[in-house]
Amino acid sequence: MSKRILCRCEDVTRDEFGKAFAEGFTELESLKRYTGVSTGFCQGKGCLVEAALELAALRGVPPGEIRLTNIRPPIEPVSFAELAGLEPPPLLGALEDADGEDAP
Amino acid sequence: MIPLPDGPVPARADAVIVGGGINGLAVSVELARRGLKDIVVLERAYLGSGSTGRCGGGIRQVWTTEENILLARESVACYERLAGELGLHTYFRQGGYLMVTEDAAQLDTLRDAVALQNRCGVRSEYLQPRDCLKLVPQLDVDRLAGALFCPDDGTAYPFSVVWGYARAAQRLGVRIFIRTALRDVTLEGDRIAGVRTDRGDIATPRLINCAGPWARTLAAKVGVALPNRQERHEIMVSESCKPFLDPMVISISNGIYFSQSMRGELLGGIGDPGEPHWNDPGQFDTRSQLRFAVRFARALINYYPPAANLRLMRQWAGMYDVTPDHRPILGGVPGLDGYFHACGFSGHGFMLAPVAARKMARHILTDESDPIIDSLSLDRFSSGDIEVDAFVVG
Repeated sequence: MSKRILCRCEDVTRDEFGKAFAEGFTELESLKRYTGVSTGFCQGKGCLVEAALELAALRGVPPGEIRLTNIRPPIEPVSFAELAGLEPPPLLGALEDADGEDAP
Repeated sequence: MIPLPDGPVPARADAVIVGGGINGLAVSVELARRGLKDIVVLERAYLGSGSTGRCGGGIRQVWTTEENILLARESVACYERLAGELGLHTYFRQGGYLMVTEDAAQLDTLRDAVALQNRCGVRSEYLQPRDCLKLVPQLDVDRLAGALFCPDDGTAYPFSVVWGYARAAQRLGVRIFIRTALRDVTLEGDRIAGVRTDRGDIATPRLINCAGPWARTLAAKVGVALPNRQERHEIMVSESCKPFLDPMVISISNGIYFSQSMRGELLGGIGDPGEPHWNDPGQFDTRSQLRFAVRFARALINYYPPAANLRLMRQWAGMYDVTPDHRPILGGVPGLDGYFHACGFSGHGFMLAPVAARKMARHILTDESDPIIDSLSLDRFSSGDIEVDAFVVG
């Protein structure tokens, strides 16, 4: 069994990622939630693209065919104390363009 | 699990369920357990991609209306057995629900609710603010007027429950198609005849609408007008830390709720009275907003000061499918043969789905009447006599 690490924050190996794929988790959205890849402290900055490349290899498709998961804020973890020091900005209504799974 | 489909949908089915969230998958399992063959589930994106996978995973019995309490009590009993039945860890943890208020005017509501919950067999209790410290030692109880606590409530991981139901469905022969969108529904007179999808047409006598925030649009395709409206709600997780918080803390004063997941993250959300409502799925906008993060952080630190130094790691949004009385719509529609819906869960679909699915399956396959299905049918809104639950939070 390979111990090569794919996601350092959540300690997920390429082997475990491949096993999840073999169980039928064939999209990054589901692989992320099943294995924990990209859900740790770095929020995927260290592993999401690696995971996409690994999935492309497992599916036998070009990397461009792999749909990435949505990148969620904040860019870096922010303490609740810092956030609480801000004034709540007004609520934004529906915006005009979006990408990814959430797109209107 | 369910891989990407590699072929067309079957030409016919005994039932087509629209929606691969917890409700659609649980209904498919309960129908198959009762012997129905050839069940197809259609999911437009991935399993749990709608409201289920975006929810906080809370499961509570502390409500103010009898139907909600009874449904939730049965649902907790389902969740207690679910991991064994589905063969997958659900991360169900009964840390209890601590419902707090800062408003002395709400204390009678809390006391009345505890009395009704106790009569319904739920062992909740009314607490003075200082009693909350036994449950959450660092809670700022000076700002509280009172609280109630139910030790049997808890949380589970929504995706595990979804995958567990999907695997159970597969074992029972249900065919699940992800990345497959419903295009239209065909009717023959006053009965369902089939559906058109982007992977082909399916002839079917039964259509079960479990489409969550898309349910209203689907119902409109068969001439059923649902009163549901769709609202955005946001939620977040913090970085992981050691176990420090046993119950879910939830406030009926300002709508904040937070708990600690089994991965150690603080997970929580807060309602925003200004959230937009949408009637058309084309308008849905579930991107995150700084406003949520700031409002949540402020309310969190007020109730739980030690959280100030914890860091927010990720936030996201999902849709509530909200009915005028914040209670689900179950059952069918008189005069339209083969059409059923389990929708309008108003932010509480994850906690009610296991029991709602059992009742739906019995309703779809038998003539047995069920007082809960009767009281949650669509026609309650035309009688104008609806009772709103006072503990709608989030």
